[in-house]
Amino acid sequence: MKFIELKNVTKTYSTGVTALADLSVEIEKGEFVFVIGHTACGKSTFIKMLYREEKPTKGSVVVGGVNVAKLRNGKVYKLRRKIGVVFQDFKLLPKLTVYENVAFALECLGLSSKEIRPKVMKAIEIVGLKEKVRSFPSQLSGGEQQRVCIARAIVNEPKLLICDEPTGNLDPDTSKDIMKVIDNINKDLKTTVIMATHDKEIVNRMKKRVLLIEHGVLTGDYLKGSYKSHEGI
Amino acid sequence: MKVFRIIGRSFRDAFKSVFRNFSLSMASILCATITLLVVAVSLVIAGNVEDVTKNLEKELTIVVYLEKNATTEDAEFLQSSIESMSDVESVTYKSKEEWKNEMSEYDSSYSSLFENYSENPLLDSFVVYVKNVDSLDKVTNNIKALDKIESASYGKDAVTTIVSVFDLVEKVTIVVVIALIFVTACLITNTIKLTIYSRRNEIEIMRLVGSSNTAIKMPFVIEGFVIGLLGSIIPVIVTIYGYIIAYNRLNGHVIVDLITLASPYYFVFYIALIIMALGSLIGMVGSLMAVRKYLKI
Repeated sequence: MKFIELKNVTKTYSTGVTALADLSVEIEKGEFVFVIGHTACGKSTFIKMLYREEKPTKGSVVVGGVNVAKLRNGKVYKLRRKIGVVFQDFKLLPKLTVYENVAFALECLGLSSKEIRPKVMKAIEIVGLKEKVRSFPSQLSGGEQQRVCIARAIVNEPKLLICDEPTGNLDPDTSKDIMKVIDNINKDLKTTVIMATHDKEIVNRMKKRVLLIEHGVLTGDYLKGSYKSHEGI
Repeated sequence: MKVFRIIGRSFRDAFKSVFRNFSLSMASILCATITLLVVAVSLVIAGNVEDVTKNLEKELTIVVYLEKNATTEDAEFLQSSIESMSDVESVTYKSKEEWKNEMSEYDSSYSSLFENYSENPLLDSFVVYVKNVDSLDKVTNNIKALDKIESASYGKDAVTTIVSVFDLVEKVTIVVVIALIFVTACLITNTIKLTIYSRRNEIEIMRLVGSSNTAIKMPFVIEGFVIGLLGSIIPVIVTIYGYIIAYNRLNGHVIVDLITLASPYYFVFYIALIIMALGSLIGMVGSLMAVRKYLKI
């Protein structure tokens, strides 16, 4: 069985808008996949379904052997412990330091301070922020804040890293740095990465598998390096 | 171990959060203080109304006069018969001689009046206390049905009016107290909701990093408890000291001697306990309700 398997997934919101229509896709363990498409094409719905923020109206979403669509509300947290999420707007806690923000994820899981410290330091080192452990988010640049967000997402050594437009708020140089960090995580830790993005430049340069979604329909599945950005995307 | 660690961290985070979000916490605490103060005052009034009603009802008695020819044995038999009635609390006997002496002592003109009679013109009597004021009429009729009874009465119309007026006042006070508690609950809950609204990001992150719902709710519920408890401190102090001072200044009664204030000892401490329990409970429930809103999965 594949690591991620979506079969005939349809999502219709209560407003009547269909965000995804009959979408089927399979993703292997350790893959790096871009999800691209216009604004409101269904990218975010696709991403949110993987960590059960949204449930499909029809079809099945299997992540790591678990049918997410059938997961009981009380058990969702168990799935999320295996997934790291990186956001466009970072979602850091402003009153916590870099260390505390990253440690927060592990504290929520009930780990002891002794267990937390080495894991947090390792994650901060991976994203290259060792000198800023005591800084608060407001004292960091956009790129640095995104690194903290990535450190928080990987501190629990998740099998899957989901990135929802992680470079959306960053300048091209910083975006490059961030993509390097995420690429290294994929290569070194063998973490499966699924990233929704608008950034053609990044998608072209990275030469990874690309899923193209248009109006809720999967119109293209380009294998490693075969995607070339075309008009409008 | 994990559970204890999560509980420990919840307490730490709850206290940290009260101080970290000081202005919002203060708003919630002040709201709780003001509303609980109003509830405390209304509880003191309600408690006193109930106390006065009960005391007045205790004073309502049936006066029974025996026939002129009733002997001491008759009086003893009648006393035990009345005492055995289920609604009767106690019976006090007063002989006609006791009445005569009491009246003569009260006013000397009665002494000269009694001298005109060859024998004591008064009647032996009982004062009957009932367990429940509602049974006055029934007990009076039962006593009247006994032999050697000249009369039995309890001032029917006046008593009925007093009892119904106090009943009404008591009911109105209870309704007002319940309404105030409801308003207090709504106000405190809404203020806490605002505090939690400003921290919805924190809740979202907790959800996304895999915190269980219980682990997310716990620090917020403890924080609500702390806010409610802190909010009840001033109302508790004001209630205890305020009531004791007012009680001593007024010598334990208001306007007339008949309307006595409830003794501060224990009464005022019960009210303080109710206020503290109410504050912390509303705080907890309010937080729980607010945090649940952001826990949709």
